[in-house]
Amino acid sequence: MHELGIAHSVIEAVQAEAARHPGAVVRKVAVTVGDLAGIDPQALAFGFEALTAGTEWQSLVLEILTRPRMHRCPACEFEFRVVDYQFACPQCGAPRTECIGGDELELAYLEMEEA
Amino acid sequence: MNRVPLEKKVLSENDRIAGQLRERFREHGVLCLNLISSPGAGKTLLLERTLEGFAPGTRVAVLTGDIQTDNDAKRLARAGFPVRQITTGGACHLDARMIERGLAEWRLEDLDLLLIENVGNLVCPASYDLGEAAKIVVLSVAEGEDKPLKYPSIFFKSALLVLNKIDLLPYVPFRIEEARENARRVHPEMEIIEVSCTTGEGLDVWRRWLDQWCRRSCRRDISTQPHAVEISH
Repeated sequence: MHELGIAHSVIEAVQAEAARHPGAVVRKVAVTVGDLAGIDPQALAFGFEALTAGTEWQSLVLEILTRPRMHRCPACEFEFRVVDYQFACPQCGAPRTECIGGDELELAYLEMEEA
Repeated sequence: MNRVPLEKKVLSENDRIAGQLRERFREHGVLCLNLISSPGAGKTLLLERTLEGFAPGTRVAVLTGDIQTDNDAKRLARAGFPVRQITTGGACHLDARMIERGLAEWRLEDLDLLLIENVGNLVCPASYDLGEAAKIVVLSVAEGEDKPLKYPSIFFKSALLVLNKIDLLPYVPFRIEEARENARRVHPEMEIIEVSCTTGEGLDVWRRWLDQWCRRSCRRDISTQPHAVEISH
């Protein structure tokens, strides 16, 4: 539902960044979306398309990089991808592990052609 | 083609304002809590019962978000504490700027506790930091025990789950143990409190949780008055 607002924030950020590179043409923006971010990538892509259609950003490509939920084991420091809410360390069996990633909602990079 | 790394949060503007709010709350010793649930889970009644339990003069205020109408604000204002409605005009969540505007006419030095009632929605409010000390998710037993698995983001980000309407348990096929397990699968450290705002059951536990958090954040103790929630039928 709020993916349209998120798409709007992405476009605003691109505009701000583009203003720092006068004359450059921004071709692509990449956004990192974690599994825990509560964002539906398809809805985000749809919102982005709707907002850029018929504007100067019409040809701007949105790339969505998804990230899984990652945990780290405090006992053996093993880092692993959480599948089906299994939080126990697959290496040493420790039941409690900490979340270290998966809630990202970040602008990863822009691709631009300098003038 | 030139690739420019950004590594910047998409909602950095919201997060910047939320950070300022959090700093202001800390400076003035205000505990800010953000209540989130689907529509009809009972956030407003939980807040009404909570306000009724406070002694007159308790320095508590409520910001309540709604897409349309000020029905909730009218209900909450009956308790006599300051309440302000934030009508989002279609937006499905509150953001930090709305909180900043909502607070404009209040002096934070006059408050110990600020309760925010978010727009009824288990998805979008999870993405927006409002500067709160904690998010609280309210789930009613009429909704189904699989909600934590369907909406993991909000259950992962909330410190507390309030399982509401437990007076309905005999009438609905809700397996409360499974709901607790599902919540802890998503968020192993989550605290869980079971309440009924209709019978008053469990509200003392909720009030103790609130008092405990207030003692950590506020300069004054709001727990000096006994918790007087006796509901007549």
